[in-house]
Amino acid sequence: MKTNGLVARIQGKPDRWKERWGQRLVAAVPMGWLLVFFLAPFLFVLKIAFSESRLGIPPYQPLLEWVDGAVLQLQFNLANFGFFLEDPLYAAAYLSSLKMAAVSTLICLMIGYPMAYSITKVRQPWRNVLLMLVILPFWTSFLIRVYAWIGILKNEGLLNNFLMWVGVIDQPLPLLHSPFAVYVGIVYSYLPFMILPLYATLERMDLTLREAAQDLGCRPWEVMLKITLPLSLPGIIAGSMLVFIPAAGEFVIPDLLGGSNVLMIGKVLWNEFFLNRDWPLASAVAVVMLVLLLVPFMLFQHYQARQDEAEAR
Amino acid sequence: MLRPAERNAPSSPRFEPWTQPGNTPFIRVQGVSKAFGGEPAVTGANLDIYKGELFSLLGGSGCGKTTLLRLIAGFEVPDDGRILIDGIDMTGVPPYERPVNMVFQSYALFPHMSVERNIAFGLRQERMPRKEMNERVSQALDLLRLTPLSSRRPDQLSGGQRQRVALARALVKHPKVLLLDEPLAALDKKLRENTQFELVNIQERVGITFILVTHDQEEAMTMSTRIGIMNEGYIEQVGTPREIYEFPGTRFVADFIGAANMFGGVILRLDEQGAAIQAPDIETEVEVAHAGAGVAGMPVTVMVRPEKVRISKTAPKNQDTNRTEGTVVEIGYLGDMSIFHVRLDSGKVMQASQLNLHQDAEQKITWEDRVHLSWHPSNAVMLTL
Repeated sequence: MKTNGLVARIQGKPDRWKERWGQRLVAAVPMGWLLVFFLAPFLFVLKIAFSESRLGIPPYQPLLEWVDGAVLQLQFNLANFGFFLEDPLYAAAYLSSLKMAAVSTLICLMIGYPMAYSITKVRQPWRNVLLMLVILPFWTSFLIRVYAWIGILKNEGLLNNFLMWVGVIDQPLPLLHSPFAVYVGIVYSYLPFMILPLYATLERMDLTLREAAQDLGCRPWEVMLKITLPLSLPGIIAGSMLVFIPAAGEFVIPDLLGGSNVLMIGKVLWNEFFLNRDWPLASAVAVVMLVLLLVPFMLFQHYQARQDEAEAR
Repeated sequence: MLRPAERNAPSSPRFEPWTQPGNTPFIRVQGVSKAFGGEPAVTGANLDIYKGELFSLLGGSGCGKTTLLRLIAGFEVPDDGRILIDGIDMTGVPPYERPVNMVFQSYALFPHMSVERNIAFGLRQERMPRKEMNERVSQALDLLRLTPLSSRRPDQLSGGQRQRVALARALVKHPKVLLLDEPLAALDKKLRENTQFELVNIQERVGITFILVTHDQEEAMTMSTRIGIMNEGYIEQVGTPREIYEFPGTRFVADFIGAANMFGGVILRLDEQGAAIQAPDIETEVEVAHAGAGVAGMPVTVMVRPEKVRISKTAPKNQDTNRTEGTVVEIGYLGDMSIFHVRLDSGKVMQASQLNLHQDAEQKITWEDRVHLSWHPSNAVMLTL
């Protein structure tokens, strides 16, 4: 602001108007993007969630309808949200999704933290090479990578063949179509999203803080516990959000690797949309899931804002 | 301009434990070497530091002073040699078990803790009883005038306040030795000067041995009991600020500390009274009272400080037996003194400084003036290295 004022003074006229509208324009671009590609589709889904199912195209009653060509009738159907009470399947699917997402996030954190930490310990150019390797899987299609796991986990797959060849087992283990397979798939797919924000925080951290802690009597594990871990909390939270939120709504991985043995809300949603063709109910399921996922995200936002505020002071 | 101030540490009129033969050094650095990836950082360092000293390691960047400090702290492991603190060999002792604490150049305050928690951190680590810990922390807060800031976070403090927190955090542990890595480098000039005296005061009050790393010669001169000058990994000279300034041991030290006029020459005669040196830059032979070992014909350097050289328009009527003449080519007016650059007939430029004793005195000597320069043999030093 200071420099802006200075520029204005140098130019000889206070150009407040241009400045203000320039700022608004810059803010309008992402706002417009979110409006068109996030809010509008969400409003469509919300609208469908409150309508009634029917046979036809589209497979739902419009909310607003002209009755007898004169009266505008609003049909607001809350019944779709009753699905929770009608069938415990949905609640079970939500809970199982949240559980699977939480456990996957924890596993990602436990694998990702040491990985991110050790990458920061490696000298350049090797550090960049390791970071490249973390991102490398993205160069192959997500779908193909998940399919590849079928080849590894199936009964006559790589893993079972290897274990039998080594002689650890003599019967193939039923790895595929189990929660285990889904965990493997989620952790494998989302691990980079955990490592990258963790790496960013750990890499930025002042090394002398660790030395200072040692100097004041901390053993290496105490340094980790009292200095490194608390200071990397923003990275832990960011990474966890990036894993937890998409994992909770994951459809491809439980569908391909979990089969019918794993109940996740993403699959339920797909079934309602495409098998039952009950768009209103499916939309209601989607809205509830969004709300469920929004809560942790808003908590994160709140924490982040407080952090920024503390840093600004 | 640099004027060496003599300082007498711990309250006694003269604190010079290194002069008493019975004293055992508190910190001994014995033949310590350290290289990073084949690049030597410290080579064969030997150092004895006594209890209660404020010892400075002084040198330019990359001279190895910080590495030596980190070796004492235990952050680096010497390739060779050993370090003893209070008679105990520190080889293999990790930093968290050494009786030393460090004030880092960046202060390294923990950003997620308040001032008070930062200071208490080391005591908590010792599992000190709460009552004693609170007492020690409040003492430290008091000593460094931090009490009103105790609940603030480091990012809410000014540079000077952070520096005091870093100092309090290290002092509260009552270390045997406090290591300070450029503790004043991040402060502005005025604050730095005040803090110098404050640091000396605190050191005298707590009686802890301080080892300070600095690149600022003025800082080292004002604060230290003794200074170790480092250059390219070697300790060039150890001595009191006065010794280092008046009797530098090597050309590097003479040049690094203050300003120096230096001439190359060869020894003509050498005895207890001093030496006579043939220096091509000056027509007559130069007499030097402070000469070390040497033999006739040996190439040496003569060093004389600018303030020891008298400058006059007429031939001086004094005992200064070393004389030469030249033309003033440059005058530096510093307020309290002026520095004259005089080109001798040989082409060599010599510096002579003079105090400006009278406020309204017109500059008697000015550009292009023909002047006489003279200095007494006892004010010149012969350097062989």
